[in-house]
Amino acid sequence: MSTTIASPPAAIAVPQPAPSRSRGYWQGVARRLSRDPVTLFFGAILLLMALAILFAPLLAPHDPYQTSMIRRLRPIWFQDGRYPLGTDELGRDMLTRLLHGGRLSWFLGITPVLIAFAIGGTLGVIAGFAGGWVNMMIMRTTDVFYAFPSVLLAVAISGALGPGISNAMLSLTLVFIPQIIRVAESTTTSVRNLDYVESARASGAGALTIVRVHVLPNVLGPIFVYATSLISVSMILASGLSFLGLGTKPPEPEWGLMLNTLRTAIYTQPFIAMLPGLCIFATSMCFNMVSDGLRSAMDVRA
Amino acid sequence: MKARKDVLPPLPDIGGPAQPLLTVRGLTKHFPLKSGFLGRASGVVQAVDDLNFEVRKGETLGIVGESGCGKSTTSRLVMALMAPTAGEVLFDGQVVGGRELPLKEYRRQVQMVFQDSYASLNPRLTIEESIGFAPEVHGLARKDARARARDLLAAVGLNPDQFARRYPHELSGGQRQRINIARALALRPRLVILDEPVSALDKSVEAQVLNLLQDLKAQFGLTYIFISHDLNVVQYMSDRVLVMYLGRVAEVGPVGAIYAAAAHPYTAALLASRPSMDPDLRRTEPPLTGDPPNPINPPSGCRFHTRCAFAEPVCSITVPPLHPAPAGQSASCLMVVPESGHSRAPELAA
Repeated sequence: MSTTIASPPAAIAVPQPAPSRSRGYWQGVARRLSRDPVTLFFGAILLLMALAILFAPLLAPHDPYQTSMIRRLRPIWFQDGRYPLGTDELGRDMLTRLLHGGRLSWFLGITPVLIAFAIGGTLGVIAGFAGGWVNMMIMRTTDVFYAFPSVLLAVAISGALGPGISNAMLSLTLVFIPQIIRVAESTTTSVRNLDYVESARASGAGALTIVRVHVLPNVLGPIFVYATSLISVSMILASGLSFLGLGTKPPEPEWGLMLNTLRTAIYTQPFIAMLPGLCIFATSMCFNMVSDGLRSAMDVRA
Repeated sequence: MKARKDVLPPLPDIGGPAQPLLTVRGLTKHFPLKSGFLGRASGVVQAVDDLNFEVRKGETLGIVGESGCGKSTTSRLVMALMAPTAGEVLFDGQVVGGRELPLKEYRRQVQMVFQDSYASLNPRLTIEESIGFAPEVHGLARKDARARARDLLAAVGLNPDQFARRYPHELSGGQRQRINIARALALRPRLVILDEPVSALDKSVEAQVLNLLQDLKAQFGLTYIFISHDLNVVQYMSDRVLVMYLGRVAEVGPVGAIYAAAAHPYTAALLASRPSMDPDLRRTEPPLTGDPPNPINPPSGCRFHTRCAFAEPVCSITVPPLHPAPAGQSASCLMVVPESGHSRAPELAA
């Protein structure tokens, strides 16, 4: 030692922050969300829609399957509000069909994403954390799926399996798994190389402990946010499959299928023909905005 | 995690004070370079090549060198975070990972403080969880691990009541680095590797943390490996200094000998590159020019001969062994090896 500097008592040397109470991570996220009016607004719309389709049987004024040959394609506010949004090409009440159709559309939008989140997230975290040949196997398989545009892939799988709701969901799940694997893998890889994981290994912790304590809490959030952004895509793809006759079958109400069957009415009742599309657009828009808001609220350094 | 034992048993001193705490023998790490179809190895990066050194009990060994010279690879090899290509590490005379000293036991004895104070703390864990993590892994009950974390917070100069339940992003860089130090001490290790622990801190905080490290060393009876590129900090902290160049030892010895009478031209150039406080002593020309050669194809013979002012043809042929130099250190330069063929080599003693 060449020089000696008198060491001050360490406790005095450090400036101590004034508040001793601390916020947890999720409290911070909630606080940032509460200060984001845009996300709150779109979140509120989503909540309203969710409630509306959840209580569709109570809210809907008519039977969704009740057809009538004499009231086909009637305009908005037909019969002084007995048919608030008019009727479709078989004389069924549009509002009733939209409310009931939302149930299937939302189900087809959310379920494949959730299943893909569970499967793709697991595979991606394994690939990212294990690295090496495990990573190569999983990621190269993923690349094969990635080579096809997602719409084409969904149509191809659905077409091969045949029409039906469960087949449509299966094909959508298969489309989303590779995308979620990618995000999960890259997030996990970046976390795995951080010093705190290295330091946990240097402490003698096993792989499972490291994944549970240090990796999962730091990757699940970003993966989940990405998954929520896929809900809108899933909804549009499901509608597209139904539109092509590969998803739900008539007379089941579903927004994509309704868009398909109403397209012949586009010249006679253009606004009514647009309504299911408007619903799909509004829902996916809301999901995208909320997912964006979540992303920025979950960024610790923001 | 269930408690398997109440207290972690104290770590015994096996070989006595004369036994080096850490002995590194022929440590080599070559990274294969992969390219082309199916990743055939097309070459190797010789990050660390035939490294030999000792760390004595209770000392601080400073390791200096340019970026890319293998300092960080060395620390990760000593931490057993990566497997060496060749060579071995002995801790207190026992082979690391061998029958006498299993890896998990070794991990209790050696801990590390990283340069990036933010990246080395899990943002989702509170401070006491981060510090208590390693003791819990080694079987301490959660309550005892938290208590130990609070004691260590006090030891590094942070009030446990204010800091234990906070999150890393709420703290300053200096506070976070104190927490990293506490975390490294949580297993009561005997050797702590400090990998550029103060490089990311500003000067006033740097001085506080350095003094804290000195205090903790005395308090806990620690041995340090202090890695830095800051020659002044290394001089202040170290008892002995090891200078690395391109994965090899250029010079190693007592801090006084090396800073006063560098035997290796590379050490001399490094020391000359320090900015001087005296305007009259300021250099107008850099002591060294260019970048270090590529470690994929390192120069033959002495790896420094491409940038050395004293290089002679023999330097590109003979690999200089580590040889004692007059001031008490050892240097791997043909100019200190008698009869090496270099015109400045000393005469062979009779």
